[in-house]
Amino acid sequence: MLEKFAPLFVDDSEVITHSFVSDVALKSGKTLALITLDNLKDHNRPTTLGPLTLKELDEVLDAQEQRAKNGEIHGIAITGKPYFLAAGADLSKIGAVEKKITGRLYVELGHYVFAKLGDSSVPTFVFINGLALGGGVEIALNAKYRTLNSAAPALGLPEVFLGIIPGWGGSYLLPNLIGIKNALKVIVENPLKQNRMLKPKEAFEMGMADVMFEPQRFLEQSIDWADEVINGKKVKRPFEPGTLERKTVWPAAVKMARGMIKDRLGEVPESPYVALDLIEAARSGTRDEGFKREDDVMEELVSGDKFRASMYAFNLVQKHAKNPQGAPDKSLARPVNKVGVVGAGLMASQLALLFLRRLEVPVVMTDVSQERIDKGLSYVRAELDKLVEKGRLDPDDRNRYSANLSGSLDYEAFADCDWVIEAVFEEMSVKQEVFGKLEQFVPEHCILASNTSSLSVSEMAKNLKNPERVVGFHFFNPVAVMPLLEVARADKTDDETMATAMAVGKKLKKTTVIVKDEAAFVVNRLFGVLLSEQMRALDDGFSFEDISEAVKPLGLPMDPFDLLELVGMHVASHMMDSMKAFDESRFYASETLGKLADHGKLLVKDDKGKIKGFDKGAVALLPSATPSRDSKTILDQTLEGLAREIKIMLDDGVVHSVEDIDLAMITGAGWPFHLGGITPYLDREGVSQRVNGKPFHEPMVVGVTG
Amino acid sequence: MISKDVYFIDGVRTPFGRAGEKGVYWNTRADDLVVKAMMGLLDRHPDLDKAAIDDVAVAATTQTGDQGLTIGRTSAILAGLPESVPGFAIDRMCAGAMTAVTTTGSGIGVGMYDMVLAGGVEHMGRHPMGDGADPNPRFLSEKLVDSDALNMGCTAEKIHDRFPHLTKERADKFAVGSQQKAAKAYEEGFIQKDLIPVSAASDSGWQVVNRDEPMRPETTMEGISDLKTPFRPHGRVTAGNASPLTDGATISLLAGEDAVKKHGLKPKMKMVSFAFAGVEPEIMGIGPIPSTEKALAKAGIGMDDIGLIEINEAFAIQVLSFIDHFGLEDDDPRINKYGGAIAFGHPLASSGVRLMNQLASQFENHPEVRYGLTTMCIGLGMGGTVIWENTGWRG
Repeated sequence: MLEKFAPLFVDDSEVITHSFVSDVALKSGKTLALITLDNLKDHNRPTTLGPLTLKELDEVLDAQEQRAKNGEIHGIAITGKPYFLAAGADLSKIGAVEKKITGRLYVELGHYVFAKLGDSSVPTFVFINGLALGGGVEIALNAKYRTLNSAAPALGLPEVFLGIIPGWGGSYLLPNLIGIKNALKVIVENPLKQNRMLKPKEAFEMGMADVMFEPQRFLEQSIDWADEVINGKKVKRPFEPGTLERKTVWPAAVKMARGMIKDRLGEVPESPYVALDLIEAARSGTRDEGFKREDDVMEELVSGDKFRASMYAFNLVQKHAKNPQGAPDKSLARPVNKVGVVGAGLMASQLALLFLRRLEVPVVMTDVSQERIDKGLSYVRAELDKLVEKGRLDPDDRNRYSANLSGSLDYEAFADCDWVIEAVFEEMSVKQEVFGKLEQFVPEHCILASNTSSLSVSEMAKNLKNPERVVGFHFFNPVAVMPLLEVARADKTDDETMATAMAVGKKLKKTTVIVKDEAAFVVNRLFGVLLSEQMRALDDGFSFEDISEAVKPLGLPMDPFDLLELVGMHVASHMMDSMKAFDESRFYASETLGKLADHGKLLVKDDKGKIKGFDKGAVALLPSATPSRDSKTILDQTLEGLAREIKIMLDDGVVHSVEDIDLAMITGAGWPFHLGGITPYLDREGVSQRVNGKPFHEPMVVGVTG
Repeated sequence: MISKDVYFIDGVRTPFGRAGEKGVYWNTRADDLVVKAMMGLLDRHPDLDKAAIDDVAVAATTQTGDQGLTIGRTSAILAGLPESVPGFAIDRMCAGAMTAVTTTGSGIGVGMYDMVLAGGVEHMGRHPMGDGADPNPRFLSEKLVDSDALNMGCTAEKIHDRFPHLTKERADKFAVGSQQKAAKAYEEGFIQKDLIPVSAASDSGWQVVNRDEPMRPETTMEGISDLKTPFRPHGRVTAGNASPLTDGATISLLAGEDAVKKHGLKPKMKMVSFAFAGVEPEIMGIGPIPSTEKALAKAGIGMDDIGLIEINEAFAIQVLSFIDHFGLEDDDPRINKYGGAIAFGHPLASSGVRLMNQLASQFENHPEVRYGLTTMCIGLGMGGTVIWENTGWRG
């Protein structure tokens, strides 16, 4: 073990994955050294590969290599504890490196150890018995042969999703094993599709393993197969790229991938492009040259701001989201055995579908006309049928949910409901009327929830006999996709209601964030800030293009006007009126928005949905002023507005902590990991300090330069 | 190849008791129930040479404690059979006794047994369903079987899901019918004649149990329509349209054609065919459908040839799925003439022989009927069916 790695071994807080060795007497009479990676914890603690883990593995591999040279053993195999091969590197060791060199050393260490699998004087095997992610896949790629358990939960290289690249050989070894197209899929495409993983069958069909066995006797069969290979069985690698593929398909595929990512994500995210560069270079040269390239880029990425922000975001979504802050004791939650939905429009129908599927209880929808009710019921039933067709819903369950769904003109149908949610017209008087009427029919314990996005839930509840069972329950569109659920505690909302709402949110598989009942909660409030700046800019004479360009550095998922069209300009305008009433110094309700709303169209798109330009009629409606400020101020003011508003929200206790703000923006607005939601970005750009006198995070969520 | 006809000579059972602390058999051992039934059966054949019994097969689902220790052997000794008569224990959950009959019957069929005792027992009060079960984690981790499959009530709800036209109302109606038919069968003395009374200890002195405790003849549609649905919120399966948890034992005497001649026995039914079949564990109630299709095919007859049906009523909905499949009416007079498990109870492993006892009794009263059928659904997704010929059939 090289001296230079010593600094990595100082921290003994690592949950070490040990490398246990046992000798297996093969049927042929030869001997296989079987290494089992085991952290001695149960399935709740996945196997990870930290520096001390790699050190121990290295010592074990060295010892086995010596035994191989002495003729004591004829092959080396590595496998994992039940359900896991390895879930990758120990992210806590690179998530927040204090020195650039630490990141680099950790990457070099993995290369150093895993290379021994490729360089061994005897055949080396990895028996992929369970979950293999990132470094777990790479340990297998570095070995000479691989077997795969058909019941392994998943395989994948999620590094690009996290803001880095497969740095332990994956970017070189994978394309050289399975060819360029599938390597691009695994390394770049899948991670960018909500971190999609591979099922064993897919991975096997791509050639990531040489042979696949059923779970019951996976290890026994892998060992028998290894025996055959050790005794000379030839293993074909049908997907290894040949000269032609390397010359023609390879560069073309990388180029195409580059173009597609540019279109979809813009150029702000770094890791996809770095991964493409590595994959491109892997077309020629040696493995060790590939490893060095990985060392170099990882040193930069791991120490960079974007990765640091991504790890912060990842932890928000993985850990923080699972323990919603400010929630009352879970034991206070009441059972919800029947749900009512007021309204049968598109939003209400989406809610009905969600409650039906996740709670698996009767759901009754009401609306003002039988026609509207029938339309809603048909929509839900059609969606259920679609899911059956796609193979995502069992037909028996479809029957179950369909039987659970009913409609009624009469609120009498809510008489035995434990939960009623309204998604009616966004107008206070309408909502108050609905709640008042509901109270006459629902049982006293029944929770009344509102999907309002910008009205005061407390105000809605103020005339009720029992306002304590009212809660804000705000979903994001499309309901089936966006994880965020803002749970708003109104003036009088009691703990039992909050506990029940949080339990229901969890059962609905949503990311629940508790928010104060104020001014459009979190996401829409911050959108109000963005929209204010956009409209100010338009009214100051900037063009649509100026504004789209100005916010590009943020790398947001949608063009701001595309988003505005999606949300609906009338809805947005209505919301800005509310926000202006809340605070007119910070929220700008522009008449231009009203005019654009009436016009109805902002963008011109081609038949693939790609933005070609801005609608002439919309452009004509813009004020013909000449900007007296630089277009750079558009982004500056937007960021300053966000920093200001977030500080006010935190001071006012709108949410429990700044993490909740970022979690909300990530899961409700799809804001990217590399911004960390938003506050890490505001800090590292110095905006927080400029506006509020200090950053949101201490220490800041930034990379290291030295 | 030896091939002998297999006959059901006689069958009896203990009266069934409600499982649990308040049930009559709370202080009675399961093996004692088997012994009482066994001795009661042998009393009806006083001239039978006990030493000529080749084997004793007794089924129980949870084979521990008073249902363990190879209960077929121990209960035979305890019942005073000669030590030369061997015995064994057998398990196929609800179809334990039925499997005891088909297994030993097969032995008779190949000429290796002449006479056997076959039956089952379940003391669900002392041995709740699934007691001590330790399902392999692979079931869940590999999604082989849904955890719902281990809950019989959930599987019944699933039948409603799969066949929405089989409504709760129909299930309730069938359940009421079962209770009424059971009450009527008692009035006519059809049940009592094959019951072996049991003296049971209780906290207030000895009791003699000579009736099935679980029966609720006063059941009405209105009475059960609003019962709780414990398996699913706003579900369809209730205590009113399902069999109650029960304690009880059954035992039968089977013999081959040579033994019948040799010992001067009077058979009640002849075994024609049998079959077991597997279905998705999550919807185990539909098991009787494939097992019946298989048994009918083996017998070379169709459902139209069946004159009497004894189908176990674990849940009314499961019986309806059978009725629906074979195109019968819910109130077909061939089906469970004396009422079923919803009224009498379903001590898991014992029920198979209760069905046979009842069929044999109905054969006696219906010499115009040639073929009858006993069938039941089985936990973990199976069905079992035995087709019988009426030895009293006046072709």
